[in-house]
Amino acid sequence: MPTLNDYLVLSAILFAIGAAGVFLRRNLITILLSIEIMLNAVNLTFVAFGRSMGSVDGQIIVFFVMTVAAAEAAVGLAIVIGLFRHRESLNPDSFTSLKW
Amino acid sequence: MTPLLIAQLVLTLFVFVALLSSAAVMVYVERKVAALLQQRFGPYLVGPSGLLQPFADVIKLMFKEELRPGAADAILFALAPMISATAAFAAFAVVPFGASTTFFGLLSEPMRLQVADVNVAVLVIFAIASMSVYGIVLAGWSSNSKYSLLGGLRSSAQMISYELSYGMALAGVILIGNSLSLTDLVNHQAGTWFGFIPRWSVFVQPVGFLIFMTAGIAETNRAPFDFPEAEQELVAGYHTEYSSMSFAMFFLAEYINMVTVSAVATDLFLGGWHGPFLPESLGWIWFLAKMGALLFFYVWMRWTLPRYRYDQLMSFGWKVLLPLSVINLLVTAAGVLYFGV
Amino acid sequence: MGSDALFYVFGAFAIAASLLVIAQRNPIYSVLLLIASFGALSGLYVLLDAPFVAVIQIIVYAGAIMVLFLFVVMLLNAPREDTQHDERVLPLLREGPTRFGGALAIALVVELLWALTRRPQAGSFAGAGVSSVSAIGRSLFTDYGFAFEATSVLILVAMVGAVVLARRDPVIRNRTATRGGR
Repeated sequence: MPTLNDYLVLSAILFAIGAAGVFLRRNLITILLSIEIMLNAVNLTFVAFGRSMGSVDGQIIVFFVMTVAAAEAAVGLAIVIGLFRHRESLNPDSFTSLKW
Repeated sequence: MTPLLIAQLVLTLFVFVALLSSAAVMVYVERKVAALLQQRFGPYLVGPSGLLQPFADVIKLMFKEELRPGAADAILFALAPMISATAAFAAFAVVPFGASTTFFGLLSEPMRLQVADVNVAVLVIFAIASMSVYGIVLAGWSSNSKYSLLGGLRSSAQMISYELSYGMALAGVILIGNSLSLTDLVNHQAGTWFGFIPRWSVFVQPVGFLIFMTAGIAETNRAPFDFPEAEQELVAGYHTEYSSMSFAMFFLAEYINMVTVSAVATDLFLGGWHGPFLPESLGWIWFLAKMGALLFFYVWMRWTLPRYRYDQLMSFGWKVLLPLSVINLLVTAAGVLYFGV
Repeated sequence: MGSDALFYVFGAFAIAASLLVIAQRNPIYSVLLLIASFGALSGLYVLLDAPFVAVIQIIVYAGAIMVLFLFVVMLLNAPREDTQHDERVLPLLREGPTRFGGALAIALVVELLWALTRRPQAGSFAGAGVSSVSAIGRSLFTDYGFAFEATSVLILVAMVGAVVLARRDPVIRNRTATRGGR
């Protein structure tokens, strides 16, 4: 019977995978995807805790996290489109100079 | 292996086979009805009045060569029809098509005629409809051909736009029925008003029904909303480069999506399996009759109306249907609050 | 016993899919693998007696946000990473900052696991969870009503922002273009 600890460990591993993706990948879209992985790991933690405390608050926080993730994905992708149109590259290393 | 488990497995298998044969029946019905609407014969050579035509079609499709463009992405090219077909079958898993029955006393307790009885069934159907977008967009992308890409992107943009109105129309019915489970929503429609008007939700939510059917036609990419796969515009849209069994899977997915939308509309708006003159245990006959009427409506629409241009289609979905469905929801909510339905 | 095995199946699938997401060269494969990972997480939510969250995860995350990602990747025809060297070597095997970043990631995992398993959490899933949609709705619209309205404003702002940021700048006409031969 999986305990709360098992869910938290799983969530921690997923969070670390997402964080590793943000550190290691040099492609803006993959970085945004890694951020989504991290947000999902946090969602899992919230639902697991909500279940263990027997309250509905965990699921409600997930609702808000998903909304924020959607808004952030939309705006982030719009920024990526703008950047790509300017430099024809999705590598964050090509946007190192402050000059546009 | 209790008898109940065996009965459920048999039911699952039965639903799967029934969906496959419903696609075959729809192929024949579409061609015959189209012919009658256009005052010609339609298929009449194969079998008595063309009844074996679907078998001939299936055999032809099976023996065709399976082609793949050289520059196509092999994994995605093979995956896309699988996603379409799987989503189409999966959506029917939560649709009930008859009252709980004990199969003439063979089972000790009544079993629902529904493959999976979840209490958020309406949302599950909506979720699986959102997943079927991927089959189309991946088919368009992986074919590496401009007709496919344009058709795939247009088709998926159309589907995600009309999903919003689809969901809002459902929300009105859920408000009235006060439950997300399809079985509860159907049982809410049992009985009659004044003795002869059946208590169907379509009489309480007429606008919702129209929005649902319109959005359903747009979701399944059928005329008059089939611009993305119109022959005159885009060769065949997202399934241009597909042949043989992959093409058959897309075809199958389209017809089964039609069947699912009709089945859900029957359950939500037309009273499901409730009807006069027949006992509850034979309610599935009424269900088939109502579903058949909606499917005939689908085919009728295809061969009667001209198709929308793509920008007209999108502006209709966002600027007309979505505000209409929001207003419908507001009015329904006000009505529920005021009349205490 | 069945749900026990299902937890490990879904958990392993989610971890494997997430690892593959960050290891793919092609962004489209990354997006599709992330959708698979979301499916596994949705299964975990069902195991945690949260069917509404599970279905919303599929509808919103896998069905809408990932479609947005897929469209943007297709629109940009997103190239793989820049240099020819990057093309030849798999993303997670490159030297230099990558190895250091990998070490950081492993350190993060070890730290989190240490912190979580130091003391067994007192909460177990003994009590019943709240899984009815009406309870969620009631709480969402009364206790969290303000946050709910604020998220609607947030989504409006995000929509406007996305449209403005992704708009093409209008082409500035060349002012020195001759007219009529002058």
